[in-house]
Amino acid sequence: MREIILKESFRAHVGHIGSALCIVELLEALYGHIIKADSPLNPERDRFILSKGHAALALYVAFYFKGWISAEQLSTFCGNDTTLGVHPEPNTPGVDFGTGSLGQGLSFATGAALAARWQKSKRRVFALLSDAECNEGSTWEAAMFAAHHMLSNLCALVDLNKQQAFGYTKDVINLPRIKEIWQGLGWDVHEVDGHDVEKIVDTINALNFVNGRPHVILAHTVFGKGVSFMEGQIKWHYSPLSEQELSQALLEVNKGK
Amino acid sequence: MRLTFIKTLVELAQSDPRIVLLTADLGYSALEPFRDQFPDRFINVGVAEQNMVGIATGLAESGFIPFVYSIVTFASLRPYEFIRNGPIAHQLPVRIVGVGGGMEYSHNGLTHFGVEDIAVMRTQPGLSVFAPADAQQTQTLVQATWNLKGPIYYRLGKDDRTVVPGLEGAFTIGEAQLIRKGKDCLLISMGAVSSETAAAVVQLTSAGISCAHAVLASINPPPKEKFISLLSSYANVFTVEAHYIQGGLGSLVSEFIAENAIKTRLTRIGVTRTPDSITGDQASLYDRYGLSPQAISKRVAETLKLSGVAC
Repeated sequence: MREIILKESFRAHVGHIGSALCIVELLEALYGHIIKADSPLNPERDRFILSKGHAALALYVAFYFKGWISAEQLSTFCGNDTTLGVHPEPNTPGVDFGTGSLGQGLSFATGAALAARWQKSKRRVFALLSDAECNEGSTWEAAMFAAHHMLSNLCALVDLNKQQAFGYTKDVINLPRIKEIWQGLGWDVHEVDGHDVEKIVDTINALNFVNGRPHVILAHTVFGKGVSFMEGQIKWHYSPLSEQELSQALLEVNKGK
Repeated sequence: MRLTFIKTLVELAQSDPRIVLLTADLGYSALEPFRDQFPDRFINVGVAEQNMVGIATGLAESGFIPFVYSIVTFASLRPYEFIRNGPIAHQLPVRIVGVGGGMEYSHNGLTHFGVEDIAVMRTQPGLSVFAPADAQQTQTLVQATWNLKGPIYYRLGKDDRTVVPGLEGAFTIGEAQLIRKGKDCLLISMGAVSSETAAAVVQLTSAGISCAHAVLASINPPPKEKFISLLSSYANVFTVEAHYIQGGLGSLVSEFIAENAIKTRLTRIGVTRTPDSITGDQASLYDRYGLSPQAISKRVAETLKLSGVAC
């Protein structure tokens, strides 16, 4: 996945690379092992919302591995006359809810989870949020509602990569007790290494989606994971890659294979 | 209009299980009939309008037709971006119900005045916008529109006692309803202030000015061909709205006149300044902001006098 993310973002000359790289394992776990969706059109499929929409390239790559979009389609990323833009557009097959404005995904997910309950369906809803999205008040509106209504079929994943567009989260809005905050609201909280696919899968598979509280997976990740010069660097929230940087980045991610 | 709206919604919900109702903690002594009859299809989401629209988006994606309810300002302005990125972007059948257009929440002050909702909602091509004038029209309008494709914004008046004489519940999507004929000028009103407009028309008639009166409830889709011939028949047209004159009915009619090259003069009657904290009942506020029957008729008469209409 990382190789394609790097090549496509280089070709398209767009940024948000670090944000995409740090959710690779989370998406691999979800789309490779967790999400039950034989087709993006099956109404009984599990739903997924990439609330941190700026990492959409990683989602498109997950769709590619799922067989939902072709290599040819993927190569239209950020081109013209394509739905594959920087953020997930509603009309892209596989995108259950379009996002791009932070703080909206968990509300959509909450509604989708409530719908599944009302329809007595076993489908589950997953939403992947960034830690910066926890700055948005609307995230907490949804969190309080989901907890109050015990939406056990809802699982939020928070990508704790510790940085945001214009600074480190500790300097912008520090949330040292984020675990306690979710717990205090009534969520079933779990912490994982966001780069350990097996641990992520095991954690989610052990959740009770039928009864109890909604679930949140606090996933500790490294921004720009896999590329040494990107890891933990604010610059790589927006910067596109130069040719030289691409070569080095590809060497590093392929070495790790 | 809210009681009529809920009564109508209850009737619709009896035959369509997709209909659900969400409120952001408002609707006390109004929503109970729905809540009591469909407790499993009603949720008070708390004071969280953004989340309410987000939840409705999620529900609609799964096949529900959620109605979300609040006071006009909290239903439209507070969650506006959620409405845009949710139901509109996804073209989902969420129905946003705003109660209390204009200054109906009088003593509650500016925070409760719905004076720019139509402007912001009307800019969205993917959103149907309807503003019924009285209870009876609310009923026919909701019955005619609830199952349209895509999202809808309903701007309802608060008071069920409002009656616009001559309207008698008439409503057609994409048309204005002509409720009174006249030869000297045409008044077009939107929403509950149609009642004050009708009273102004009576006053003007007594003063010897023959006014036609049309009610426009179908804001998007806007009226079409018939509206051209209606407007073309008058040298002087007035719009009356309990809304800022920018962006609402007056703007809609201005655009229509300009684009169809209609030879008429338009005067927009509506709220022209930010409310200044002076409070009172609706009648006193409408007097203050030029929307009482007296203020409307005075404005019409003076404008006609200036333009040389004998009266």
